[in-house]
Amino acid sequence: MSEARLRPGRGPGGAREPQDKESESENRLDGETASDSESKSEFGGSSPVPTSDDTPEVLNRALSNLSSRWKNWWVRGILTLAMITFFFIIIYLGPMVLMTIVMCVQIKCFHEIITIGYNVYHSYDLPWFRTLSWYFLLCVNYFFYGETVTDYFFTLVQREEPLRILSRYHRFISFALYLTGFCMFVLSLVKKHYRLQFYMFGWTHVTLLIVVTQSHLIIHNLFEGMIWFIVPISCVICNDIMAYMFGFFFGRTPLIKLSPKKTWEGFIGGFFSTVLFGLLLSYVMSGYRCFTCPVEFNNDTNSFTVDCEPSELFQLQEYNVPVGLHSVLGWKTVRMYPFQIHSIALSTFASLIGPFGGFFASGFKRAFKIKDFANTIPGHGGIMDRFDCQYLMATFVNVYIASFIRGPNPSKLLQQFLALRPEQQLHIFNTLRAHLAERGVLGSPEEA
Amino acid sequence: MSARRRRRAATEQEEEEEEEEEAAEAGSDKEVDLEERLHEVDLRSDLDIPDVPPPTDSTPEILKRALSGLSARWKNWWIRGILSLAMISGFFLIIYLGSFMLMLLVLSIQVKCYHEIITIGYRVYHSYELPWFRSLSWYFLLCVNYFFYGETVADYFATFVQRREQLQFLIRYHRFISFALYLTGFCMFVLSLVKKHYRLQFYMFAWTHVTLLITVTQSHLVIQNLFEGMIWFLVPISSVICNDIAAYIFGFFFGRTPLIKLSPKKTWEGFIGGFFSTVVFGFIFSYFLAQYQYFVCPVEYNSETNRFVTECEPSELFQMKKYSVPPLIQAVLGWETVNMYPFQMHSFALSTFASLIGPFGGFFASGFKRAFKIKDFADTIPGHGGIMDRFDCQYLMATFVHVYITSFIRGPNPSKLLKQLLILQPEQQLSVYKTLKSHLVEKGILQPSLRG
Repeated sequence: MSEARLRPGRGPGGAREPQDKESESENRLDGETASDSESKSEFGGSSPVPTSDDTPEVLNRALSNLSSRWKNWWVRGILTLAMITFFFIIIYLGPMVLMTIVMCVQIKCFHEIITIGYNVYHSYDLPWFRTLSWYFLLCVNYFFYGETVTDYFFTLVQREEPLRILSRYHRFISFALYLTGFCMFVLSLVKKHYRLQFYMFGWTHVTLLIVVTQSHLIIHNLFEGMIWFIVPISCVICNDIMAYMFGFFFGRTPLIKLSPKKTWEGFIGGFFSTVLFGLLLSYVMSGYRCFTCPVEFNNDTNSFTVDCEPSELFQLQEYNVPVGLHSVLGWKTVRMYPFQIHSIALSTFASLIGPFGGFFASGFKRAFKIKDFANTIPGHGGIMDRFDCQYLMATFVNVYIASFIRGPNPSKLLQQFLALRPEQQLHIFNTLRAHLAERGVLGSPEEA
Repeated sequence: MSARRRRRAATEQEEEEEEEEEAAEAGSDKEVDLEERLHEVDLRSDLDIPDVPPPTDSTPEILKRALSGLSARWKNWWIRGILSLAMISGFFLIIYLGSFMLMLLVLSIQVKCYHEIITIGYRVYHSYELPWFRSLSWYFLLCVNYFFYGETVADYFATFVQRREQLQFLIRYHRFISFALYLTGFCMFVLSLVKKHYRLQFYMFAWTHVTLLITVTQSHLVIQNLFEGMIWFLVPISSVICNDIAAYIFGFFFGRTPLIKLSPKKTWEGFIGGFFSTVVFGFIFSYFLAQYQYFVCPVEYNSETNRFVTECEPSELFQMKKYSVPPLIQAVLGWETVNMYPFQMHSFALSTFASLIGPFGGFFASGFKRAFKIKDFADTIPGHGGIMDRFDCQYLMATFVHVYITSFIRGPNPSKLLKQLLILQPEQQLSVYKTLKSHLVEKGILQPSLRG
């Protein structure tokens, strides 16, 4: 039982390349009990799979002179810059590419988590199971993207006959697809493996709940305006990096037992930097229409356009500086976009609650004895490792927008309206007319 | 050592021997901490979960005395029969009492099912001692219910809500409040992660969420169906019950060919016999119910009398129509046309689903019980088991009925639509108004010269 303690290099950290010495303390997984190591045999070839060093050769050669600690730091740094650059390029390429990227990230995250499940439960040999997992992913995606397409591409859908039928009976079709998967699952239950199969079924569903709903909400946010996509994600990334920096330079008091490398100094420093960063980034972005306008699908050009009259959220306003900050800043009033006030709320959430998503993922990794979700990104781990803090952010932004910013989607309402019966339509029309007349929005009677 | 023990156990023929070993292990494991206990669990096979102690006999005393003369087999049959009748009578009583009582009933059933499944989870994972976990499970149930019932209340009680200021605030920010509540639970979970019990806690977290997904969403959809009209609540549930009983009876008398390895007591004869009986039952039952406004009308909340009313002009679904009998059946029945309610056509679809796909919900529950080595979900109902045992086939039915209604029957809810229209920005409202006007004029519903 004490074997594990004497072999810190064993287990997930076992055949690690020197590049991971930096994160040695994490290797030892302070949450690990002595008996945890015994179960490594249970996991067979899962977590102890030595991570192959997939750092590109070019980097390896360039950094071959440095000590392993700095080498790791450099690898992480370079990959971080690469990812951020990639992010900017994608933004430049437009909403369609962004949607595709979100979709790919979602599929990769799903794949990573399901693979962990397989490893935990040795269920590679289960009949049907991998097929069923991917099938369920397909079903749920079909359902969500169908709803999105119906909402946002209303006119396009109305034009094409097959699309119209698909969208009218969309829920029924999705449900039928899901049921097929469900029945296949029941029929695939094999005598000695019931529990395994139920576990994997549960695992798949929880993963779908986490991964697919989040990605769907991100796309919703994106359609609201690219700024609602970029600012939250950047805040989370900034918080990650800033907390790391502050922790690196000033870190002393540990924050939570789950993640021994996090410190209170990092947490608080990250909070203030993120709020500041959010304010600045929103200031820069609010000036450009391509970020602030809702993404719309133009029927004539068959492409996405971001062209509109900026809403009042994105028009400069004078704010009185609270007396407390007067002396600090030396200004009496300041010109800000109202959106920047919202960005404070977003950054606060990203710094205070976002890390809980990270702790959740850390707990998950400890619970299942893995160091990283996968090895996709050298120095960082899997895609899930990068996106664990985003987990809650997307939902928060979506709920925030729905509660405080926008009202319902007009084209969706129109679509629902057209499905009503004539007398109901007439009733609503009259009520709306009375309402508009009362508000004075309806001008002369001829306009009505 | 444990690996060796596992391999030896796996080659044993008698399951009883394995169980004895498990029991002996269990006895000596009292001091070992939870995580180690879990590591002895061989996730590759089902052989490790300790068997549930035989259920205590919860039959009421009166029944026991009355049936003391009969043999054990008939005694069991009588108990089951009496309890079935009791449940069905209870059901009718609740229907008589009205929609509000039905809603309460659905809510209590949901809570009880949730409790049963969570208790099974505790037992499987020996996690009674986990800190916080029971509170967290109930807290999440509360959050999700709050979210769903809040959405329903806002839609159906629009007039009631308009009058009260505080409710207005709660409705307007409902999603945000629900999300904040859920987040609190999530953060509590993360903070409650204890060093040695990570995996257990994650399992229970996932178990809770999947249970919520199953029980709470279904019960919410049942209530939505109820508001559509009590007939949409009664006919599906009765079809499933009828299918259960008819399949049992057909199987009892004619059963020979086993249906599926999961449930050895089910037979093809029972399955097919049940299908036909359920379709016929559905026809007859809907014919009977479609005549009464009480069952057919959408449930509405009357703000003046502060009660639920079911009064309306029956929609065309519930008005008799003449249908031509297809030539095939003409010869059998001897009629050329038949007067039927259109709803009976829909009941045909509902009964078909109840008999063909509904049983898969039952097989799922059977598989679940086998996987976790339990005979019944609980002992709530003597002779039948737990509430979940009775409701496992209903599992998919409620979702199907809801999807069916939204796809084929009703459109969106007009008052909800109106409410959303009124929240829009004025310029959006204007553009929507213009589109509506042109659409209505085009359809001839609105005369262009009149103001409508």
